[in-house]
Amino acid sequence: MSDKREELIALIRQASDEVTEIANSTPFGVIIKTESLLSVCELLYKNPTAYFDMLSCVTGIDNGIDTGTMEVIYHLYSIPLNQSIVLKVILPRENPEIESVSTIWKSANWLEREVFDMFGINFKNHPDLRRILMPADWKGYPLRKDYKHEEYYRNIKIEY
Amino acid sequence: MKQQQYLYKEDNLIDSEPNKFCESELKSEEMIINLGPQHPSTHGVLRLEVLSDGEIIKEVVPHIGYLHRCFEKHAESLPYNQIIPFVDRMDYVAAMNSEHAYAMGVEKMLGISEQIPKRVEYIRVLVAEMNRIASHLIAIGTYGLDLGSFTPFFWIMRDREHILRLLEWASGARMLYNYIWIGGLFYDLPVGFEQRCREFITYFKPKVAELETILVDNKIFIDRTANVGVLPLNLAINSGITGPMLRASGLRFDLRRVDGYSVYPELDFEIPIGVGKMGKVGDCWDRTWVRVKEIYESLKIMEQCLGKLEGEHKRTREFDPQALVPKKIRPKAQELYMRAENPKGELGYFFRADGKSDIPFRCKARACSFVNLSILPELSRGVLIADLIAILGSIDIVLGEVDR
Repeated sequence: MSDKREELIALIRQASDEVTEIANSTPFGVIIKTESLLSVCELLYKNPTAYFDMLSCVTGIDNGIDTGTMEVIYHLYSIPLNQSIVLKVILPRENPEIESVSTIWKSANWLEREVFDMFGINFKNHPDLRRILMPADWKGYPLRKDYKHEEYYRNIKIEY
Repeated sequence: MKQQQYLYKEDNLIDSEPNKFCESELKSEEMIINLGPQHPSTHGVLRLEVLSDGEIIKEVVPHIGYLHRCFEKHAESLPYNQIIPFVDRMDYVAAMNSEHAYAMGVEKMLGISEQIPKRVEYIRVLVAEMNRIASHLIAIGTYGLDLGSFTPFFWIMRDREHILRLLEWASGARMLYNYIWIGGLFYDLPVGFEQRCREFITYFKPKVAELETILVDNKIFIDRTANVGVLPLNLAINSGITGPMLRASGLRFDLRRVDGYSVYPELDFEIPIGVGKMGKVGDCWDRTWVRVKEIYESLKIMEQCLGKLEGEHKRTREFDPQALVPKKIRPKAQELYMRAENPKGELGYFFRADGKSDIPFRCKARACSFVNLSILPELSRGVLIADLIAILGSIDIVLGEVDR
């Protein structure tokens, strides 16, 4: 298992110069640089020893105002080799922007739209970046830690 | 001053969920048809914006989010054990399966997944498989309803009622159980439950065969579904499709077998895949057929679980299913992605625990219906409008899970 892990990290190093392992992550994962995301994904998708043919999940995380960062986490899975890997990129909280991976995996389309909807992370070159769960005229990004909901939405009191 | 009620102005309605296509930019033969959100064949509150050329569909744009209940936002302010009722309400026709996945995820974070008593595990699998049958019954029955076959719907509702009554007997609730707890169960099974389960299996087996004959092998049903909405395997994998949909496209992939969580490695069951018996592999008929076959497999698993629960892991006076339930759930700082096979596909939970509080820093649900629905525009390009309903029904979505 650890051999496989080393092998994958060595593979990712080909496309990204900064690779650090995520502490206490199940399945194991790496933090990569924002600019190298697309090349790493392409490599992991095409290389026969990696062959990550399925993108299961895209998660956004807001680390709060104090830290000033946001994260996007990609859960990849390879069906024939039965292995998983987590890719993580760290973005600034101001104008977070990242390349869309929907050119590689079609499932990224809606998963990234959801992250955009909830966190306001802009996915560059996304085919159809619109809000998905919230109404189109909703203000703010609900899953950000500093989000405060408006008192009224279209004259309807938002009570909770 | 009293606030005004919702203003029903036309521009108001258009702003909140605008169409993707603009009426004025259409070609002369094109037309936008709005389907839903209140339409029985959309299986809940799903709105489909259909760009059509006569009877032929050019593009479908699903508009979702009408049932969004902020699961992830709620989960960020609740202790782990109090999230379980919210988890129930995601996929409300298969709540046990969602609970099972969630509980396993938190147990894995706490590092107690090895200590869970075998009896608890077998009861969990038993109730989860019962719920899987109930969910598949809904999928098949409502699909028949979509295609104009009315009777099977009543039959599946009648049979599902038996499952719901059994689960109500065990947990006290009909659909949203809160039965599987982190580290254990709400209660042990009631006395006599195993016997009644066996009676149910004996009663139910011929009923599935009947359902198969009357609906799935029906000539009209085959005509409506065979060769419709064919999903090729490479597209399915690339789009993240899982569950019966992926298996219908011909891949023997089941997380119960692949990950081997809980006691599934000890159980003997087959994984049915679509073989294109009536048309091409991965058509709507294959998807329904795979679900029917999975009901048989679930019955097989139930029988094995009952055997264990009456034999090796019998009910004893000392057994306490709540013995391992932690008083305080505070996992170490970590990130974990737990996935499990739900009736509709891979249900994943992503947790980030900061190690300092009883509340997850982030809890994300990777809903299978959500990802499976994203294939709809791809599948329904160039088909007839009546086939759109057939394709949508065969995806088997639950809007509670799509919108969370």
